Amino acid sequence: MNSIILRAGTRALSGLLLLFSVYMLLRGHNEPGGGFIGGLIGATGFVLYAIAIGPAEARTALRAQPQNIAAVGLGIALLSGLAAALFGDAFFTGQWLFLGATETDKGLPLSTVLVFDIGVYLVVFGSVLTLAFAMEEEI
Amino acid sequence: MGAAASTGGKASAGWIGLAPAALSAALFVWFASLAPSIADGETLRVAWSWAPSLGVSLSFLVDGLSLTFALLISGIGALVFLYSNTYLAGHPQFGRFALFLTAFMLAMLGLVLADNLIALFVFWELTTVTSYLLIGFGHETAKGRRSALQALFVTGAGALALLAGFILLGFTAGSFELSEILAQGDALKDHALYLPILILILAGAFTKSAQFPFHFWLPNAMAAPTPVSAFLHSATMVKAGVYLMARLHPGFSGTDAWLWTLTVAGAFTAVFASLMALRQTDLKQALAYTTLMALGTLTLLLGQDSGYAMTAFATFLIVHSLYKASLFLMVGCIDHATGTREAGLLGGLARAMPVTCFAAALAALSMAGFPPFLGFIGKELKYAGALAVGSEPILVAGAMLAANALMFAVAGVVAFKPFWRPAGGPLPHAPHEAPWPMLAGPVLLAVLGAVFGLYPDLLQRTLVDPTVASLLGTTEDAKTLQLWAGVNLPLILSVATVALGLALYLAHGPIRAALARAVEAAPGFDAGWDRFLDGLKAFAAWQTRLIQTGVLRTYIFATFATVLVGLAGTMAAKGVWPAAPDLSLANWRTVALVALIVAGALLTAVTTSRIAAMASLGVVGIGVAMIFITFGAPDVAITQLLVETLVVVLAAVALLRLPVLDKPGERDRRPRDAVLALGVGAVVTAILLLVLETPLDRRLTDFFETASWPEAYGRNIVNVILVDFRALDTFGEVAVVMIAGLAAYALLRTTAERRETTAEKGEGK
Amino acid sequence: MEALLALAIGVLVAAAVYLMLARNLLRFIFGLVLISNAANLTIFTAGRLVEGAPPLVPVGLDAPAGTVANALPQALVLTAIVIGFGLFAFALTLMFRAYTTLGTLNGDEMRVAEPREPGEGSAMR
Repeated sequence: MNSIILRAGTRALSGLLLLFSVYMLLRGHNEPGGGFIGGLIGATGFVLYAIAIGPAEARTALRAQPQNIAAVGLGIALLSGLAAALFGDAFFTGQWLFLGATETDKGLPLSTVLVFDIGVYLVVFGSVLTLAFAMEEEI
Repeated sequence: MGAAASTGGKASAGWIGLAPAALSAALFVWFASLAPSIADGETLRVAWSWAPSLGVSLSFLVDGLSLTFALLISGIGALVFLYSNTYLAGHPQFGRFALFLTAFMLAMLGLVLADNLIALFVFWELTTVTSYLLIGFGHETAKGRRSALQALFVTGAGALALLAGFILLGFTAGSFELSEILAQGDALKDHALYLPILILILAGAFTKSAQFPFHFWLPNAMAAPTPVSAFLHSATMVKAGVYLMARLHPGFSGTDAWLWTLTVAGAFTAVFASLMALRQTDLKQALAYTTLMALGTLTLLLGQDSGYAMTAFATFLIVHSLYKASLFLMVGCIDHATGTREAGLLGGLARAMPVTCFAAALAALSMAGFPPFLGFIGKELKYAGALAVGSEPILVAGAMLAANALMFAVAGVVAFKPFWRPAGGPLPHAPHEAPWPMLAGPVLLAVLGAVFGLYPDLLQRTLVDPTVASLLGTTEDAKTLQLWAGVNLPLILSVATVALGLALYLAHGPIRAALARAVEAAPGFDAGWDRFLDGLKAFAAWQTRLIQTGVLRTYIFATFATVLVGLAGTMAAKGVWPAAPDLSLANWRTVALVALIVAGALLTAVTTSRIAAMASLGVVGIGVAMIFITFGAPDVAITQLLVETLVVVLAAVALLRLPVLDKPGERDRRPRDAVLALGVGAVVTAILLLVLETPLDRRLTDFFETASWPEAYGRNIVNVILVDFRALDTFGEVAVVMIAGLAAYALLRTTAERRETTAEKGEGK
Repeated sequence: MEALLALAIGVLVAAAVYLMLARNLLRFIFGLVLISNAANLTIFTAGRLVEGAPPLVPVGLDAPAGTVANALPQALVLTAIVIGFGLFAFALTLMFRAYTTLGTLNGDEMRVAEPREPGEGSAMR
């Protein structure tokens, strides 16, 4: 796969897919999207990168080991669930904070639910890439 | 065992061997301090709650019977620990030995003190397991392993029956507390379940105490180190079955079933075992068979309920433990000093081993039943007890006479001949006297046999009477232990015993040869055991071959066939069939999508090309995604499309390295599988149609729809369910995804490493 | 509409079962993918079909206006798809590893754990 066009195009496309995956993650609570979809889109971008340019380069571009990303994601998801205990609620009860809320506008919502979704995103992203990189390298 | 021990340079194993001895001695002192109050007729009972809902408590009762056993266990235990500390000094696994033996002693104490059936059973099994470990202490040899397993299987199988009997007994009596059960008196004997309970419990007691026909494991158990044989297989564990029969005596005895089972089994075991004892040339084996004889005698006595029989039981129990442990330890000293236990070889040891000889003589005289030893009193009482048997006293007394005479002869072979007769050949080592820690036990025990014989009152009030009280509920019927009871029938029988025993001893060479010929001709239990195990293994192999073919397809076929038969069978049995599907509402777009999916599925099933199969799988996946889109599930559809992409990518990577689907000239045609597949497909469709005929329960959906925005601030209900309402489920699911990824990664990594190591090896060549 | 999908699911299951019974493990994995799809569609269909109305709450309202698609089976199916992918990937690597170690893709030949008994026929069917 030594096509210059493919390589150049893939670099751009992977970046775009990663950006798009974050967008899908963040809008997920109100529109179609969310952690699962975002994670899969982000992973697809890197799988494409690995196919077009090579798994070693894809690993370099990713910087962190994918299995570590997945583990961190699982940890974030767990912490977001444990956070409810600080407020005396049951495990995994969502906690919300609305920044700059006014009478008419709810402001910017921040929540443990979003943190949880980010955790899901990272687990899916990391797990799929763990698999995909291993298969590209070993097979 | 002795050979391994004598190689050790150290004289003792240090604190690790002395600590258990100190523990046993302390326990002995504590139990002894209880003796006066028990002798006054009191009992001590402590109980802790364990599993109250099941009626299981950790309760312990000290009465005459359990105190006698506890004193024997802790007292002989202390001497045996002291002995092993020298006997096994320098053995590389001495720590393990000390641990097993201590564990055994505590379990045995728990067994005889427990007042709850379930607690008793737990301790019973603990003694089985520790005994298994101790018999298998020399697990380097095939013989040791076989003996250990045999003992485990026989006593373990009996214990299962025992547990069943205990549970039946507990429910019948309405309590698992022994003292409450036994307090109910005759109600138990009239119960319809009396016989099943009795049979099950006796199965456990007979296997544990090696009664015929379960006797064969005990002589094999002599593979254990000699101190273990002395402790477990003569003085304590094998008496657990006897203890249990004695413990249940107040509630169970007096029926014909009890009387005849115990009398016949006990008498037969006693005579058979003493004959077998005379046949042995290995001193330890000979002692093992005399132990069987003693167990048979005790069982026989427990079959009765006269005061004579019970007094004889209590006395003989103590006598036997004293002289048998002493003799076993003595044989260990001989083995330790000379390196052999062969009766034919040993001789002339009296000069080299005077102290051992002294202990052996005292113990053997007690065993042979000479006055003024305790063994004589025990023998007189046994005869008196036998003559007091309700029916067939002649037969029982005759059996006892034969057994006792044979015992006399065996005592001569074991304890007279090795010391006083000339040696049969050169000994492996020059004999020398054993060190004092190994002499303390046999000498003390043997001397006690003489002291108690001269002063029987010492035992009478402290142990014998309380034990009889535990058995009969009163001490009124306890008979007096005395050396001289006047010229009576037991005394005449004693004289006959000595005469017959002397004759048997003098003729023991020819008798042994004749017995050996007879035993070899007759079918042996030990060989029968091997055949039984072989048969069991063959049966297991046969049924494993039948069920587990080792072929994955067979398993999958069986699984799907079960699904088909189970579901279709249930539908046929209940007579529920779906109505003909109504397809009129379907629009052309859905029809086209379904046609696409069906075509893709069928093509995947029949194609021989990997590329075509992948492509048609992709068609199915995209068709399903389109279905999701059409019916208002954009999140699901996007996920499906993304996953479909990844599936194709990964499969394509793998396919590059995998062979073609079918070898050239081969076609994958399996009509039988096709029939099953069509059947399963039809059943799934039918069940789904039936589900669709029932009304939909929308309660959860309604809740999610109305709560999603006001309570969880999310407009995408699917996502709100995933990350808020059911976040815990999602958490579990992403964990599964991660584990799948890591597992696949690990699988591939190890393959790569293997390839590298093989490559390196190849280069090395 | 649901009935039509029920028929399609039956065909999917039949094809999947047929493939899973094949000697070649690659076909088994194809069957696995098909049966995952069939299971997802079953859950989705059992929750009833509503065309063209995703379960979203419009801005300004507290609940969806009118009838929308059932959100519950969608949430179940969504995670099932991702887990199904994990299963597929694991099965694929397992099969690949088996192939590199044992040199065959024929399930009948893989007898390391349960070796062929002496006297047993080489092929059972």
